[in-house]
Amino acid sequence: MIDIRNVTKTLGERRVLNGLSLKIEKGITCVVIGRSGCGKSVLLKHIVGIMRPESGEVVVAGKDVPKLNDEELDQLRMKIGLVFQGGALFDSLTVAENVGFGLIEHEHINRKELLERAEESLCLVGLCGIGNLMPSELSGGMKKRVSLARAICIKPEIILYDEPTTGVDPITADSINELIKDLHDRLKVTSIVVTHDMTSAYKVADRIAMLYQGKIIAEGTAEEIKNSEHPVVRQFVNGLAKGPITETLGTFK
Amino acid sequence: MKKFFIAVGREAISFFYFLGGLANLTGHTFYWLFVPPFRKDRVFEQAKKAGYDSLLLVSLIAFFIGVILALQTAVMMQRLGSEMYIASIVAISIVRELGPVITALVVAGRVGAAIAAEIGSMQVTEQIDALESFATNPIKYLVVPRLLALTVTVPILTIYSDLVGILGGYLICVYKLGISSSMYLHITFDGLQLKDVFTGLFKTFFFGMIIAFVSCYEGFNVEGGAEGVGKATMRAVVSAFILIIAADCFLTAIFYFVFP
Repeated sequence: MIDIRNVTKTLGERRVLNGLSLKIEKGITCVVIGRSGCGKSVLLKHIVGIMRPESGEVVVAGKDVPKLNDEELDQLRMKIGLVFQGGALFDSLTVAENVGFGLIEHEHINRKELLERAEESLCLVGLCGIGNLMPSELSGGMKKRVSLARAICIKPEIILYDEPTTGVDPITADSINELIKDLHDRLKVTSIVVTHDMTSAYKVADRIAMLYQGKIIAEGTAEEIKNSEHPVVRQFVNGLAKGPITETLGTFK
Repeated sequence: MKKFFIAVGREAISFFYFLGGLANLTGHTFYWLFVPPFRKDRVFEQAKKAGYDSLLLVSLIAFFIGVILALQTAVMMQRLGSEMYIASIVAISIVRELGPVITALVVAGRVGAAIAAEIGSMQVTEQIDALESFATNPIKYLVVPRLLALTVTVPILTIYSDLVGILGGYLICVYKLGISSSMYLHITFDGLQLKDVFTGLFKTFFFGMIIAFVSCYEGFNVEGGAEGVGKATMRAVVSAFILIIAADCFLTAIFYFVFP
């Protein structure tokens, strides 16, 4: 479903992705773990075509994303739901208009149908009846849920989650994890979750891949990653202050 | 000395970078302007924000400019004993120059700053990326409606500010300097030619475009958080002011030399 091959990307003077390769089968939830700023969000933006790699291939649903023209890219994007870290809800639109944004733009549905479809998606994330609110009236956890409702409203084949549990309390984080699992089971979508929250990673993942110094350095099931002998993976998953990650910090360019 | 040249070089590069970026945005916007679907509702919404909501501010400033111009002109005209020509001078100055420029500067300060801040905030909160992820081109969605709205509303606001400015001059001349109302109006509209109105209004289409492009460009190029938004807003207003005055100078010269 998603095949990333030898992708490199430099932002400023820093090489964020350095020959990254990752293959994700259809219907799988793959969690990409790594430290903050290691390039996890950049990876998601390559999959949805917001960023283009300097070299390498990003093949999504059989199509090489960087080589698509605008029209083909738009068609592909309507198959992908992206849940942003901070929600990225449009301030000037109501919650219902946010959730139904993709439908307004591309299916040109009327207001009544929009409200029905938006309400349906909002109920799926446990937020029935808030369609008339503005994003500024929502809490951080609600914003993330609305962002998720917006992503599933277009009935995507792939959902990308950017740090879905960051910045919310543990109970909300767990309910978001449950939601990701539930949606995966119910909608049969392929999911990529990028996070540094290991509790979340173990809970939702079919596969876990660790991103370090611009490459995937380890990949396996949650159990395999938990018991990995790789010193970098061990330090990260156990949250240790001392180890190879902190020793080499700042030397990677 | 070396540091001075490095600083000058750096400024020159960033200026050309700015112009290049602006030209790029302009090209893309004119492309997306003709790509369907055309959403009139978004243009009306922006036109209301830029035009209707600016009416009070434009009224106040245009009125004061009219009053000031009449009073300043009166000093000289009274010495010459030609008070009746104040009406003509006020009308021509406002319609040809002050009305268009002052209106454009007011809109740049009020609406341009708001556009830069709004798009800048959208940039730092990933809303622009969210638009793209929903297969919606940010230029089509954000820039095109603002360009159309400003290109239409700045000329309309200018006509309105011209009338309010002339009213300011009228009040001073009729109630302070004792010129009769009918005489004032007669000299005002007798002195004005169609060319005066045309040269004044023609410029305002370009002023509207400048405000739209500069403020959107600065908004899209925000880096960092709230501080970046603040800097972009300030840059949008300053750049729009400079470009409006420069365009005014250029267009006035064209009208003077090419169509005298």
